[in-house]
Amino acid sequence: MSEPFLIGDAMTGGYGKGPDILHGCTIAAEKGEIAVIVGPNGAGKSTAMKAIFGMLNVNSGAVRLDGEDITKLSPQERVVKGMGFVPQTHNIFTSMTVEENLEMGAFIRRDDFKDTMTQVYDLFPILKEKRNQAAGELSGGQRQQVAVGRALMTQPKVLMLDEPTAGVSPIVMDELFDRIIEVARTGIPILMVEQNARQALEIADKAYVLVQGRNAHTGTGKELLADEDVRRSFLGG
Amino acid sequence: MDFLNALVALANFVIVPGLAYGAQLAIGALGVTLIYGILRFSNFAHGDTMAFGTAMTIIGTNALLALGITFGPLPTALLALPFGIGATILLVLLTDWLVYKFYRDQKAKPVILVIVSMGVMFVMNGVVRFVIGVRDIRFADGERFLITARDFKEMTGLREGLAIKTTQAITVVVAIIAVSLLFWFLNKTRTGKSMRAFSDNEDLALLSGINPDWVVKVTWMIVAALATTAGVLYGLDKSFKAFTYFQLLLPIFAAAIVGGLGNPLGAIAGGFVIAFSEVTITYAWKKVLVYMMPDSLEPDGLVQLMSTDYKFAVSFAILIIVLLFKPTGLFKGQSV
Repeated sequence: MSEPFLIGDAMTGGYGKGPDILHGCTIAAEKGEIAVIVGPNGAGKSTAMKAIFGMLNVNSGAVRLDGEDITKLSPQERVVKGMGFVPQTHNIFTSMTVEENLEMGAFIRRDDFKDTMTQVYDLFPILKEKRNQAAGELSGGQRQQVAVGRALMTQPKVLMLDEPTAGVSPIVMDELFDRIIEVARTGIPILMVEQNARQALEIADKAYVLVQGRNAHTGTGKELLADEDVRRSFLGG
Repeated sequence: MDFLNALVALANFVIVPGLAYGAQLAIGALGVTLIYGILRFSNFAHGDTMAFGTAMTIIGTNALLALGITFGPLPTALLALPFGIGATILLVLLTDWLVYKFYRDQKAKPVILVIVSMGVMFVMNGVVRFVIGVRDIRFADGERFLITARDFKEMTGLREGLAIKTTQAITVVVAIIAVSLLFWFLNKTRTGKSMRAFSDNEDLALLSGINPDWVVKVTWMIVAALATTAGVLYGLDKSFKAFTYFQLLLPIFAAAIVGGLGNPLGAIAGGFVIAFSEVTITYAWKKVLVYMMPDSLEPDGLVQLMSTDYKFAVSFAILIIVLLFKPTGLFKGQSV
C-alpha cells in the first residue's frame, strides 16, 4: 500500500513541556478525499490537527507530506510546503476587507494570484459580492467562507479545517459542507475536525474517532456510521 | 453686533492656531497609535523621539545655514528634515535592536514594555539634552507671515486682523501630505497591508507567512518619520525645548486614546479634538463676545475658562472622561 499524501504517523506529544495529550495517534488524508476527525470533547481532535500542522511538540512519531518528513518544520514553513490551515477561531482579519483577507492569504506568493482569487470567488459567490466590505461585518457562515478562501489562496496541496462549522446555524452548516466537498473535488485532500459527528461522517471518505488522544475507530464514514459501537458512544444510538 | 469681526477674531485666535496645533498632535498621535497597534504597547518615549528628531533637524539646519543654503521664503528646517528623519530612524532601530527586541523575544506583557519605554524615554531625554542643550531654541527662518494682521485689515477694512504664520500654513500642508502618504501606504501597498494584518490578528498574520521582523522594522521607520515631522512642525510653529516635548506626551496620548488606540483615523480626529478643546478652554473669549453681544451684556472679565498654564489639565480631563465612558475611543480602537 502506498503512503497517504499527508500522514501524522503514531504521533505522541503535547503543548510545551506539559503532559502528552496524543498517544500514538495516526491521522492520514488521501488526495481528493475528505478525512474527518471526530470524537468526544477533550479527545484531542484539535490537538491532533495542530500536531500535524506543527503547533505543538511531537515527541515521537512523524508527520510526512507527499513522502517528505516535515516533523521538524514550523507552521509557517509548512504553509510554504503547501499546507493550508484554517484555525477554529480568529481565522480572519476582521478590520480588513474580504478582498484584502484573500490578498493576505496569498502573501507568500510572489506570482500573480488573480486566477486563484477568481476561483475562490467562484466557489464562494457571496464573497465576491462583499469583496469591499470589512470581513468583521459578515455573518458567521460568511466569515468561515472568508477563512477557507484565505487558506485556499496559497493553492495548498492539503487543506486543514479546525471545526469549520462551530457556531453557525444548521442551514449554513450544510452549505459549508457542500462547499468543502466542492473543494475536495478539485483534488485537494481535506483534513477536518468536526463537532457535528453525524454530518461529518456522512461526507467523510475516511474518518478517525479519537478517544483520549488515541485512535479508537478508523474507517470510511459509512462504515463508522454503521458501526454499532460508534453509534452508541458518539451518535446517540 | 458685529458678526464678521467676531468671526475673524475667532479665526485668528482659535481656529488657525487650533488647526495647526491639532495637525501637530495628529501626526504625533499617529506614531503612538501605530506602535500600539503593531508592537502592542504604549510608547512613552515618543515625546523624546520627537525631541531627538527635532534636535537632529536643528543641527542639520545650522549646518545648511553655515554653508549659506536657505529655502527662500520657507524655513530651512524643511530641507534638513530628511536628515533629521534619517538620524531618528537609525536611533529607533538601534533602540529596538538593543532593548525592545529582547522583551519581544521573551513575549513580555505590554505593561512591561510600557515600563521599558519609560526607561528608553529617560535615556533619550538625556541624549537630546546632551546633544543640543536645555534652552529654548527658535529655528524658524524665512518669511514669518503668509498674511499679517495689518495686511488683512487693509485688505478687508475690518477692525479685526487675521494673521496666518508661514509655519501654520506649512504645518497644515505637511500634515495633509504626511497623512495621505501614510494612508496610501497602509491601504494600497503590500507591506502596508501586511502591517494592518499583523495589527489585526498576529497569529493569522504569521500563518499567512508575514515576516514579523520586517513589519516591526518598517513600523519603527514610519514612526520615526512621523515623530520627527511632528516635532519639527511644532518647533517651527512655537519653539524647541527638550522639556516641552516631554510634556507633549500627554496631549499626544490623549489624542491617540480619544480617537481609539490602534486606529490611524482616530488619531487624527483625536488630535483635533484635543487641540480645539485646549485652545477654546484657555482662550479669553471677551473679544469675540464683545462683537457678538449687545453693549449692555458686555462681559467684565476676560471670559477665560482656564489660564493657559492649565492647558494640560484639559487633555488630562478629556483622557479620563473617555477612559471612563468610552474606553475604545471615538473610533473603533483597542481598549487600553
